[in-house]
Parts: sequence; structure tokens; C-alpha cells
Amino acid sequence: MKSFTYERPSSPAEAAAAVSANPNAKFIAGGTNLLDLMKLQIETPTHLVDVNGLGLDRIEATPEGGLRVGALVRNTDLAADARVRKDYAVLSRALLAGASGQLRNKATTAGNLLQRTRCPYFYDTAQACNKRQPGSGCSALDGVSRQLAVIGASEACIATHPGDMAVAMRVLDATVETVDGRGTERKIPISDFHRLPGERPEVDTTLAPGELITAVTLPKPLGGAHIYRKVRDRASYAYALVSVAAVVQPDGSGRAAFGGVAHKPWRVEAAEGEMARGAKAVTAQVFAGAKPTHDNAYKLKLAERTLGAALTEARA
Amino acid sequence: MVSVGASAVAAALPGAVGAAPAGNDAPVLTKVAFTVNGEKRELELDTRTSLLDAAREHLHLTGSKKGCDHGQCGACTMIVDGRRINACLTLAVMHQGAQITTIEGLGQPENLHPMQAAFIKHDGYQCGYCTPGQICSGVAVLAEIKAGIPSHVTADLNAPMQVTDAEIRERMSGNICRCGAYSNIVEAMTEVADQNKARRPA
Repeated sequence: MKSFTYERPSSPAEAAAAVSANPNAKFIAGGTNLLDLMKLQIETPTHLVDVNGLGLDRIEATPEGGLRVGALVRNTDLAADARVRKDYAVLSRALLAGASGQLRNKATTAGNLLQRTRCPYFYDTAQACNKRQPGSGCSALDGVSRQLAVIGASEACIATHPGDMAVAMRVLDATVETVDGRGTERKIPISDFHRLPGERPEVDTTLAPGELITAVTLPKPLGGAHIYRKVRDRASYAYALVSVAAVVQPDGSGRAAFGGVAHKPWRVEAAEGEMARGAKAVTAQVFAGAKPTHDNAYKLKLAERTLGAALTEARA
Repeated sequence: MVSVGASAVAAALPGAVGAAPAGNDAPVLTKVAFTVNGEKRELELDTRTSLLDAAREHLHLTGSKKGCDHGQCGACTMIVDGRRINACLTLAVMHQGAQITTIEGLGQPENLHPMQAAFIKHDGYQCGYCTPGQICSGVAVLAEIKAGIPSHVTADLNAPMQVTDAEIRERMSGNICRCGAYSNIVEAMTEVADQNKARRPA
């Protein structure tokens, strides 16, 4: 690990200013992903700004009838919150499907959104990776790609967003709240938060440099059955090959977002009109234009079947 | 989590803000104070020092083990402010004022924690390397179930949590044992859960 200086600012705006002022600075919250990457020298910040003491660890009701989840709320606490369990169960389920108990105790809401891909070529510093080293190429394109993206990828990158929580937040239409180094606040719909790789796969999100996430808000509850299904290589503590976050109403209408398939949680609202007709009708539209590799074409059928299982579970 | 004003940080962490030897790999030293196994400890550490290395290399508490050093195996599990974490994936300097319990703080050979005694009784280990992490995690898992924190296999998110084999296996998935002592670990944890239940009024 490269050496770094460390500070604990006293307000979110001060934290954002500290990182804005130094292109080699990074925020640290739970640190479970950042420190892993720093040990491998995939991330090499020279200054860390610790945001743990900023009081961003509360879950509050909003005037609109939703919830405002502080950026520093730990994954365990968000999953276990009585209001989340009751009204946003798809979010509890997604969180509990991710990582391990130890990691969920440390990992935060904002940090989870900002976790980097687990593409094996991103992690292997002997391989070409445009996300890790822009312009170096992509070893994954002709490599082992069974875990990687089937849609929304580019010639530069076929990595996936690895998380579960963000998939549930996408289906719930969450909003990410931020503050920048000048103290300016803004709200980013979750659909616009993660970006597709295009020609700049090194940029995961639409955050400006130094912009700090302060909270994620959830709109008022949708009702219906909340399902999160995750298919992976082992029963626990593994990343999704495919996951589905679904909210299904008694009349069969509903919403669905997919994880493990793209550089961002993948949801096509226009396809959701087909929900009552069953999984195949939905996934045919959701994955129209997919460009899977030989290794990961199985994900298209798996996505259809996983949604099918979610719809069956919702009717049970 | 302690909250420390910027000026206090600047005073406590000489050279941390502004003067920046970082980037050329010269160590940046900082002071941190926390309570480990009931004892107040103050250290001056390279900012890079993980909580695990602080315990093992600086406090000579070598019970917590370094397995993968990437949060994948759980051998380094400690209980910090009442919660189990991977001590390898957190910086010591981030734990100013924290209450830290390592395997040495749970029990000693002459005064075993019930979970340690149950691991011995049920043969919950073979080589023993993962065992301190398994035991710290096991103690915390029973506390999490008691606190009503759900898991991936909890059928009803809004019903009281139960200690079942499936719950134990899911919740312990962050602790890897390459000797494969898993079924005996489940037995040991079940016995401790039963003891706890017997001690509590219904």
C-alpha cells in the first residue's frame, strides 16, 4: 500500500472541499472495498478523508412519506431497520444477499453505491484494463467473461456493477443526495447515478470529483410483494451472476431491475407493461440489443428464469 | 464513532493535514488511542496500519489471525463497538476511542468463554488457524440473532429470529475453514445458544 495522510473533517461540505482540493484524495467510510484495492495498488490515494464522524448515520422519515437514509448508515442497520423491512423489503433482501456479516457491519450505504467492479481483469494488475489504467485495453473482451456484462457494455469495457443494494434502489426509484466542495447540494436519480462504460470506463458514476454522497432517499412505499433473487456460484458470500429485484402488485403489474448483467443496475421501464404476461415477455424487451460473449450468453436465459421464479414467489 | 473537530485532528495527527510526505512512500505517523480487551492503549502508527496489524504487530495480541488479508476468510474477525468486523479491512487510525475485543479478551485458558469451551467440546476446529475468527464471529452471530437482525435465509423479515442450522450456516459464511470443521462449529454454536436461552427467563 502507498503511504497517505489522513484527516477527519467536521462537516460534509468540509469533507467535500478537502477531496475537491486534492485530485489524489479519496473519501473513506467503511473502507472494505477501498482498502482492499489500496493493498493491491489498484487505488493509490495519497490522502484519505474519513467521513465516519459526520453524523450521516441516521434513517429519517421524509415529508413525502418516504425514508431518507444517511450515507453512513451501515448495510446491517439499513437491512434491519423496521421501516425498511416492512415497506422496502426488496432493499433488506438485497442487502442481506450481499457480502458477509462482518462486511455488512462496516460497509455503508454510500460506499456500497461506489464499490468498484469485481471484474477479474480489473483486479489483476498484470492484465490490460481500461477501467484500472485508461487506454491499456481490455483483456476481458477475449478473456474469461462468464461473470461479465451482457448489455450496455462497450469495446473498452465489459465490467459489471457488482452490488445488490443498488439494484433494489433502482427498482425503488431512489435518489442520491450530494454536496460538493463549494457546499452546493444536488439530487441525482439512481437511474442517472451509475453510468455505462462507453469510452471512459474508468468513470463509474456521474459524481463530480470531490462530490460527497450525504444520503439516499426512498419515495413513499409501493406496497406489493418485494422479491430479491440472486443466482451465484455458491449459496452465500458470492457476487451475483444474475439478480432480480422485483416489486409485484396483486394484479400482476410491477417493476423489475437486474443485477450482474451490466455496468449499472439494469432496468427498462418500458418493458414493465408486460409484467402481467410473464417473465419472457419482459426480458425479451429488457435485454433487446444485448451483446453477450460466448462465455456469458447463459445469463440471458438465466435472467428470464430468475424473473420467472421471482414472479412465482410473488404470487405464492 | 468518535467525532473530532478539524483542529483537534490537526493537533492529534501531526503532519496529517497540509504537510504531505505521502505519495513517496515515506511513512506518515499518527497517534490513535482505543480500548482493547478492557485496557486503554495508545499507539503511534503508520496510517497504513490495519487494525489487525496494530493488534498483532504492535500490541502483540497474536490470537487474531491474518489469513487472506482481503476480507474473504474471516480469520481476523474482532468485535469492535459490539459488532464483528474484518480487522484486516479497516485502518487502526479510524478507530479512535473504539472498544475492541479480540479472542484474547473473550476468554483465557483458565477462564474460557462458553463459545471457546463449546468449540473444544464439539471439536469445532482441526488446525485451529481460523478458530479465533470463528469464535469471535460465533459470539457476535448469536448476539445479532438475539438483537433481531435478519439474514438472507430468514423466511419472515418481520418475525422473531430463530437460531437454526440454516441461520448459523448463512451468518457464518464470512468465516472460511479449510479443514472443514463446519458441522462441528454449528453444533458448538447451537449448544451455546441453548445455554443462553436456558439462562434467560422465557
